[in-house]
Amino acid sequence: MHDFLIAFIGGLMLGLSVVGYLYVNGRIAGISGLIGQVLNSKTMFKTPAIWFLSGLIITPFIYGLFVQPEIELNASPLMMIVAGLLVGFGTRLGSGCTSGHGICGISRLSKRSIIATMTFMFAGFVAVYIIRHITGAF
Amino acid sequence: MKNVFAFLFGALFSVGLMVSGMSNPEKVLDFLDLFGDWDASLAFVMMGAIAVAFIPFQKALRTAQPKTVFNEPIDLPRNNQIDKKLITGAVLFGAGWGIAGICPAPSFTLIGLGHSQVLYFIVAMLVGIWIHRKWSGA
Repeated sequence: MHDFLIAFIGGLMLGLSVVGYLYVNGRIAGISGLIGQVLNSKTMFKTPAIWFLSGLIITPFIYGLFVQPEIELNASPLMMIVAGLLVGFGTRLGSGCTSGHGICGISRLSKRSIIATMTFMFAGFVAVYIIRHITGAF
Repeated sequence: MKNVFAFLFGALFSVGLMVSGMSNPEKVLDFLDLFGDWDASLAFVMMGAIAVAFIPFQKALRTAQPKTVFNEPIDLPRNNQIDKKLITGAVLFGAGWGIAGICPAPSFTLIGLGHSQVLYFIVAMLVGIWIHRKWSGA
């Protein structure tokens, strides 16, 4: 199967998941938002976030027993630490990530989310350009 | 019961990430590498997700008091303000995404798959969220 089709099918699953979470649990499945809810003692057990995130972590463990998806992770520990700090701080400051702004926000046609998505995509393009084509790493 | 569904939606989300290639950091970086050997496939992930989510989200948005299948209110973001926080947050998040090729959801998928070095990213991401909370005084 073509890469594009496989990616599209994976995308359909992500879409079904966020629609289910909206219509069953009544909330936006933005992963950075869910992490924020779990880390806050006031909302930790008041929202289903902890259940969604458990599914997100446990399923790959079981899935991996049957099929190991192709994973290539080349970032050094230092790069992962810098990236993690930026992702954690940035998603909270900007109120969302690829799922919340990208999938759910664009589906709502929220101007705010569309602008956020274009902005983080652009920042991602620039970061990769600098790292791969200016500094020559990877 | 609802929590079981939330777990299943998280499970489906993680399978979607693994099938589509979103959980493979190197593939994400290839997608963000517009000026290199660009891998466009991940654009189809977003298209697939939005293809499923668009109509249900629009329906919820256009209903005066949208309800879940359990007849509870659906909580949709109403903020439409495009401010400095949104843009700065998206820039920082995008930069971090472009450094390691990991956004919040795939970081959890990767740990589930046993790629323990992603813990550098996850711990730093949690610290980033914590710094934001202290800094914003929330």
